[in-house]
Formats: sequence, C-alpha cells, structure tokens
Amino acid sequence: MDLPTLSSNFLYVAFIAYLIASIIFWASIGKRKEKNSKWVNTGIIITIIGLIAQIVSFIFRWIASGHIPVGNMFEFISFFGMCLVFAFLVLYFIYKETTLGLVALPITMLIIGYGSMFPREISPLVPSLQSHWLYIHVTLAALAEAILAISFFAGLVYLIVKIDQSRRSQQTFWLEVIMYSIFSTLAFIILVSSFGAAGYNVEFSYEQNGETFTTEYELPVLFEPNNSTLLTEGAFTTGIEAPGWMQGADAGRKFNTLVWSLLGGLVIYGLIRLITRKRIAHSIQPWFKRVNLDRIDEIIYRSVAIGFPLFTLGALIFAAIWAQQAWGRFWGWDPKEVWALITWFFYAAFLHLRLTRGWHGEKSAWLAVIGFAIIMFNLIVVNLVLAGLHSYA
Amino acid sequence: MNKIKCECGHINHEGTVLCESCGKPIKGNQHIDGNDKTKLLNMRYDGSARRSQTYNRTIIDKTWNFFSSVKVGVWLIVITLIASGIGTIYPQELHKQSSLPSSQFYELEYGLPGKIFYQLGFHNMYSSWWYITLLALIGISLVICSLDRYVPLRRALKNQRPKRNEVFIKRQRLFSESNKVSGEDKAQFINKLKKKGYKITEQDGHVLAEKNRFSRWGPYVNHIGLILILLAGILRLFPSIYFEDYLWVREGETALIPSTNEQYYIENEQFIYEVYDRHDERFQEALKNEEFDVPSNFQTNAIIYKVKEEVITGQEPELEEITRGEIRLNEPLSFDGITLYQQGTQLQSEYKTIDIVIRDENGQSIGNFVFDTDEDLRQYDIGSGYSVEILEYYPQFSVTEQGPSSSSKYPRNPALIFSLHSPDGDEERYFYLLEEVLPLAEDSNYDVEVASADLITASGLLVKRDRSLWLFGVGATIFMIGVVQGLYWHHRRIWIHPKEDKLLIAAHTNKNWFGLKKDIEQSIENTSITMVNDQQELDAQSKED
Amino acid sequence: MHKKKKRLIFRTIILSVLVITLIFVLIINFQRNNPILAAGDTAPDFMLADLETGDDIQLSENHGKGVMINFWATYCEPCKEEMPFMDELYEKYKDDGFEIIAVSVDRNEMVIRNFYERYGLSFPIVHDRKGAVMRAYQISPLPTSIFINPDGTIEHIIKSPLNLEYLDSYIQEILPN
Repeated sequence: MDLPTLSSNFLYVAFIAYLIASIIFWASIGKRKEKNSKWVNTGIIITIIGLIAQIVSFIFRWIASGHIPVGNMFEFISFFGMCLVFAFLVLYFIYKETTLGLVALPITMLIIGYGSMFPREISPLVPSLQSHWLYIHVTLAALAEAILAISFFAGLVYLIVKIDQSRRSQQTFWLEVIMYSIFSTLAFIILVSSFGAAGYNVEFSYEQNGETFTTEYELPVLFEPNNSTLLTEGAFTTGIEAPGWMQGADAGRKFNTLVWSLLGGLVIYGLIRLITRKRIAHSIQPWFKRVNLDRIDEIIYRSVAIGFPLFTLGALIFAAIWAQQAWGRFWGWDPKEVWALITWFFYAAFLHLRLTRGWHGEKSAWLAVIGFAIIMFNLIVVNLVLAGLHSYA
Repeated sequence: MNKIKCECGHINHEGTVLCESCGKPIKGNQHIDGNDKTKLLNMRYDGSARRSQTYNRTIIDKTWNFFSSVKVGVWLIVITLIASGIGTIYPQELHKQSSLPSSQFYELEYGLPGKIFYQLGFHNMYSSWWYITLLALIGISLVICSLDRYVPLRRALKNQRPKRNEVFIKRQRLFSESNKVSGEDKAQFINKLKKKGYKITEQDGHVLAEKNRFSRWGPYVNHIGLILILLAGILRLFPSIYFEDYLWVREGETALIPSTNEQYYIENEQFIYEVYDRHDERFQEALKNEEFDVPSNFQTNAIIYKVKEEVITGQEPELEEITRGEIRLNEPLSFDGITLYQQGTQLQSEYKTIDIVIRDENGQSIGNFVFDTDEDLRQYDIGSGYSVEILEYYPQFSVTEQGPSSSSKYPRNPALIFSLHSPDGDEERYFYLLEEVLPLAEDSNYDVEVASADLITASGLLVKRDRSLWLFGVGATIFMIGVVQGLYWHHRRIWIHPKEDKLLIAAHTNKNWFGLKKDIEQSIENTSITMVNDQQELDAQSKED
Repeated sequence: MHKKKKRLIFRTIILSVLVITLIFVLIINFQRNNPILAAGDTAPDFMLADLETGDDIQLSENHGKGVMINFWATYCEPCKEEMPFMDELYEKYKDDGFEIIAVSVDRNEMVIRNFYERYGLSFPIVHDRKGAVMRAYQISPLPTSIFINPDGTIEHIIKSPLNLEYLDSYIQEILPN
C-alpha cells in the first residue's frame, strides 16, 4: 500500500474507533458506579487509540505530500477533528466528565465526515502557502478553535439537562434548532456519499461576468444554476433556478446542496420525533441525568479560558505575522480575518460577561453555542461563500 | 469626605461596601454591590470603594462613568462585531477586483442588496469615520475602565488581613464549619496548603492562605497591550512612519521605487515563474483535474540601487548598488527600512524584441533585424546593401475611428509598419502584427518572417515602510502576557477562622472554583475538618457592575 | 473637597486627551485620500530634455512666466484632441511670457516623434521615460494639465481635456502682468 492509501485507511480506523467509543459512552449510562467506570475507561482508551490512528494518518499524509496536510478543506477539517478529540481528552483528564464524550465524539465524527466530502487528493502548495507560518498559524488556530469548541459541547450538555422540557419555550425551540442542524449535517454526509458512490453527476454551464463556467451537481437537481444550460442529457431537473442574487462560483450547486441537506435533516428529525413523540433534547435528557452541572459550567468557562489566549496567538498574532511576510500587511480586512476578529471579540465579550457581570450557567451555555456557530461560520461559510484570500478549498 | 469607621477600628473610604480590613459589610452601602439581595457577598474588588460608583455630578463625571461601565464596553464590542460581519457580505472596495467604479460595481454585481451595501458605506467600512470611531470608543473604554479599577483593586489586594469578620466568612461562596478540630489537624491543613504554594499569614490564630495574587493584574496588563496596539495604529497615519506604494518593473528594466523621494531604484534582472510538474507522483491525482498549471514559485531577481547624488526630478542619476536578492511570495526583500513584496505578475505579457528575417524569392536569407520595443531605432542595415526603416510603431495595436492606434504604452501587442530598401532603390512596405508579417504591396519580391520574439514578464511589487511594527509587536506580546497571566493562573484565598471550639473555613477565587475545591479537599484529607460547601445558587445572579 | 476637585481635573485631562486623539485620527483619515498636490502649492521642479533640440528644460528656469504642464501620451485619444488648441494658443501667447511643457509619458520615443511630426506641433515636448515627473505630480488620468503662476505656484489642476475656450481662459489667468 502506498502512503496516501495507508493514510486514509488509518483515518477510517480512527473514525470507527470514535464510533465505538461513543457507543461505549452511551452504554455506560445507567450502569452502576463501579461498572460505569470500567466502561468509561474502555471508552477513553478506545478514543485514545482512535486519536493515535488519526495522528498516524496525519503523519503518513505529511510524508506523502512533503508538506503539513492542512492546506485544503478536507485536510484542515480532519486536523480540526483531531484537535477536538485531543481537547476533549485534555478536559476529560482535568474534570473526569464522561458525558462530555457523548456529545463531543459524535459531533467530531460528523465534522470529520463533513470534511471528507471535499476533494481528498493531495494537492501541491501554492506559493502563498509556502511558509513555516502555515505550520504554526494553521495548527495553533485549529487547536484553539477545538478547545473553544469544547465549551460548546459542555454548553450543549448543560442546556439539555437544564432546560425544562415539560413545556414548550423559546429555549426548547432553539435547542431543537441545534439538534436539527446536527441532523442536517448528517443528512448532507449521507446524501453526498451515497449519490457519490452511485456515480451521480449532472453538468450545467452558466454565464457570469461574460465568462462561461461549468458546474457539476452531485445531487439531483432541485435548483439549476441561474441562467444555465443543462449539459448532461436526460438528467432529472425540476427546472427551477436558484435565485439570481446568489453570486460566486458554483452558487447554484451550493444552494442545491444546502436545500437537500436541510430537507434531509428535516426527514431524519421528523422520523425521530414521530417515533419518540418527544422533542429530541427531551428524549436524550435522561442520558445526562448524572451530570454535575456546576462542573459542566466550569468546563464551559475553563475551555474558553484556555482557548482564548491560544486563539489570540494562533489565529490573530501569528496570522498577522504571516500576512505581514506574505502580503506586506499584517491586517487586510479579508473576510476570514474579519471573522477571526469577530470570534475573538465574541469570546472577549463572553469572558467579560462571565467574570465581571456574573453570566454563569445557562447564559454562559447559550453564549458557548453562539461562539461555536461563529467558528463554524468562519470555517464553512467564509471559505465557501464569501470570497477572499483564504478561499483555497 | 465621609470616612466610615468599622467596628474593627479601620477607617474606610466613602463608598466602601466591605470593610477593607475585616470584611464586615458596611451598613447602608450594601445596595452598591447588590449584597442586600443575595446570601453571598459580591467579592469584586473585595468591596472597596469604586470611584465611578460614587460621584456622578458633572458632565465629565457622567461621561467618565459611562465609559467606565463594562456593560458599555461589551455593547461597543457587540456593535463592532456585528458591523464587521456585515462588512464581509460583499467584497470591500479594496478587494473588489473590478475596474468598474464602486457606484456601479455593487449594484451590477449584487443587485439591490449590493446597492444598499454601497450606499450605506459598507463598501469601504473599515476606514469609514464611524468604524474608526467605534474602535476608538472601545479604546477609550479600555483606558477608563483600567484607570478606574486600578485603585480599588490595588487597595483590595493590599489589605489582606487574615482576621476577618465572621459575617464576611459566612457569606463566602465556599464555606464550612467544623467542630472540635485539633491543633494538629489545623496545622496539617495549613502545611499542605503551604506545600501547594499558598502563602500563609497568621494573626491571633486566624489564618489566610493566598496564592497567585499576580493573576489579578492580568486584565490590566492585557488592556495595556491593547492600548499600545491602538496607539501603533494611530502612529501609522504618519507618512514618515508608514507608507505604501506599488510599482511594476519589467525584466531588464531599472525603475524608480516610488514614495522614496527618488532615492532608490530597482532593476528586475529576471523573473522566475515555476509550476508544479503534472507528473509529480505525489500530486498527479489532484493536478489531473486542474485546467491550468498550479504555480509553485513567483520570483523577482532584483538589484537595488541608491542614488549617489540627488538630481533634479527627471534627470538620470548616478546609481550605486546597495543590495541584491530574490523576492518571492513569503520572502520579501528589505533594505534601509523599506521592504519590497512580490504581489503581482503579468506573465510573458510584453514583447521585448522581435527578430525579423528577410529572404529573397528563392528562400535565400538576405539578412535580419531585431526590433527592440524600448529603443527609438529606425534604421537597420541588414547587409548586402539592404536596409530596413521603421515607419510606424504601435505598442498595443488597436484600430479606432481615427485609424490605427495604440491603447497603451506597453508592447503587449506590438504592430510595426516598415519598409525594405533594396540596393537598387526599390522600396517595399510590410506590416507586422501578432508575430506575422504581411506585405502591404500586392506582389512582394521577398519572403519576410518572424524568426523569434522575446517576451518578458512584468513583476508587481508592493513597496512599504512600516516603522510602527515594533509597537504592534510589543502590544501583542504584552497582551499575551496579560491574558495568560489572568486566565492560566487563579487567585485563590482560604480563610481559617477559629470561633470558640469551632473552626470556620471560607474560600474565594475569581475563577476556577473546581480547582480551589480540589486544593481544599486534598489538604483536609485525613483530618476532622469538614469539606467546604458551595453556597452559590447557580443562575441566581442579579449583580450590578 | 480638594480631592474631588483634583479628581475632576484628572478626569477632564484624560477625557480631553482621548477625545482630541480621536478627532485627530478622524481628520487624518479623512485627508488620506486627498492628493498631495493642490492649487496653491509650489509646483515640484523637474528637468527633462526637449525632444527636438535636445536641450534640457527645467521648470524653475521658467520663473516669471506662466507655465502650462500638459501630461499626455500618444495612446491617449482625448490628449490628441486638445493638442491643436494648445498649439494655437502657444503661438498666440508665447511672447507674453507663456510657456508650455508637454510631458509625454510614453515608453518608446519613436511614437512621440512620429506624433510630433504628424501634428506639426511647435511647443516643446519632453519625454518622461522613467515616469519620475509623473510620480512627482501624482498624475492618474491623462491628459492632466497643470497651470502654474509666474511665481511657481499651482493655479489649476485640470484632469480632463480642454476645449479652446477654457484653455484660453486658464492661460490668461497665469499670464504675467
């Protein structure tokens, strides 16, 4: 086997290990104390094995390509996933809070799965990325974001436990929105990988700014690109066009995929609700009943406290030094830069609100959710939708 | 001024909430920190008097208090955050990469939302007066918050008397009451805390164990860092500290470096452009899907000259080489505080020379001439008595209503009209365009062709001088020290308060209560001391700043 | 009471420093887009060789005359339109202390010479080969005409082609008395 194949095999191993660990964490619920700790220990060991497998996969890919594999969407997201597992383990060893794993591991798997939907070939580094700062800036920024994400996992646990599910409220609604977004991501992965395996492909050509582009749909066409012609003969299409104000490369295809994912998410969500006849958060609430909420609240804070300085250093200071070297300006109001600044401002506000205005508990948890949404926005929307220097993927 | 005397004898400043010495709540001031409504004491600044909370008379005081509020600071941050986000919806004017003026670009490209975006000024938001004002207001808030809180914090941290009032102890978040604790147990507790790095002070059997007090200064340190960064931003407004310019320099050309008072020149010896090999085993999977070659290097081999003696603008100065080097993306070249960055390329976009060969009817070569697009050379003696005369030259050929013309000065698409004079006095005219030569007469006696053409690359370089960078560096470093100091260490205090045959224990930290509890838990192991209770009701917060 | 007064003074000073800094930053930021040269400034000196005679022409040597500097190029269509007007008025005013320096920003001198001959122009043309004069005057659109008073200060900067009537009126403004 050559190195790239080995690398992706190890990634599968890691993925399966995380899956098994999640199941074990889930199964440990309700076990009595002694038995529980045995289960939990096994789960943690399997998580560590998964992490090691992923690190091996990472190293193999590094050797194969000759540069650190964080250069495109797939590579960055799987590295981010690796950091998430690492950050989870670090906070687990400080706080011994296993329920965190019940949230952290499945979401990490979703994130890695999401990243795998992007092109996975090893691509060369364009000149602007050929710098040692790629190693330092990107890895540290990913690690910092992963640690900050732990506060989201803890916040989610907090909200699931804390929010009164006996009656409908704004809180239960937003909690269901979070659940629904998670299902939509799952739907995206299922749809793209199954249609991809079936070799589904529809081509369109469209005009923009006087140039002609072609775009390939990997999912059945609900929305055609604006002003386009179908190239694949006999392919199914609804004939509806994506709204004209959506601009940028492949806007139609991205919109189509988004709609599919949201619909798919709706199906999964609807089915589960039909079966359980409860809100999703309500159904899983009992899993977390043994949780020490004070400790979870502390984790929300602690992960921000640890992550914030790292984020400042990795995502702002080192980024600025690199930008100074590559482009001659340490700050250029590029969308990615602006969103890193927004993330930073947000967590600065989080810390101020918590430390000087006493926003603990539920308020903190909601803030942690919003913080994670900003990080994901910067990772996904900014790269794929808002054009800028960072849209390499 | 109204000084308040506590029952312990200490005289406190007006506005004090908890006696600076013993911590007893001072009557009539409890509303300030909201202690009248909660079971626990608000421990901010240990209840020292805060100026902003006490005087509120003149406009100056009101403004001061406005900026001194963390609530206002957070609101400023939130507004800046939202505005910044809106600014990224469409590209900024700076990045729009279109020759259309902004007034048309946004509407044409993005429709109505684009038009609104432009009209509200979001297209140039980050240098707009209101965005700068927002950042400045955050700066003002930083300065005033820090000044305002420095004094009470110093006072609070200075007055660390071990002996505290019982009410103070009982109203701490972590508290326990143990009966009949032996002296040994107490000593062991203190000893273990000492081992954990706590500083112990004792007064009449009352003990204070304290750790990492310096962490409390973290926020001030990081705010100083931020203020320095904002100051550095202001410094950059001066051209002597910061300037930015751009130049294009072609291969073989020596060009004036702009914005340097005509002091420096740069010669582009050679431009190197390299692409990844499509057959590279590592990347072939990815590269086979790429329509265009993926570049691996953009590089200008440059020589920098300094003017020996100043001349009047327009005159050719005498130049002296001061440095030479390769300018690559990620590897700029610096000299005398000025830095050149590789930014743009017009690859093989201009003709340097065109070699034209002339043959007779039999295909026998008569001679050739080389036209240099940079030289005003009209006559070429090509041998055997033949000569060529250039009649017209168009660097970038185009046809307008007035006839043939050029659309720029750059030889991107040169056209020539030249005549060939034979020894017997005949003249034939030819037209050169797009590496082809056409005879202008019906029946040409000669076969005129392009033998070769030499194309050159123009390199776009950013010229910069930035003497404010060190201050940004210092600011960023101080900021990092401040956040790490404030967030990675925790100020912890434990009070041991003997009361008759009981031992009261209270503890306080500003963050990471979990760690504090663990410290206490480990220190009272195997003693009869009761573990502290967490008295806080989570989510029952109604504290005022 | 004394202490309170001191506090008020302290706050006033700090607030004024901050507010003045803010105003200063805003003013500088506002001015950043303004060109360096404007009417009223002294025109930067330069020296370039006359294309026809080969003699150096230096702006400062024209002190006491009204000078029109015309930045142009052979590839600039509107520039060509105003050239005949310039030629006409140059003949009319050159004895009244008026001078034109037409600065071509072309690259190859050949195109300038061809142009000069074809139009039969009489005013001096110089070639700013390295673009140094153009940089010094921060010329962006072509043509740009700069009208300079006899005392060397700039009277007008016109960033568009001129017709005969306007050209005449601008020239009259800079003629020495």
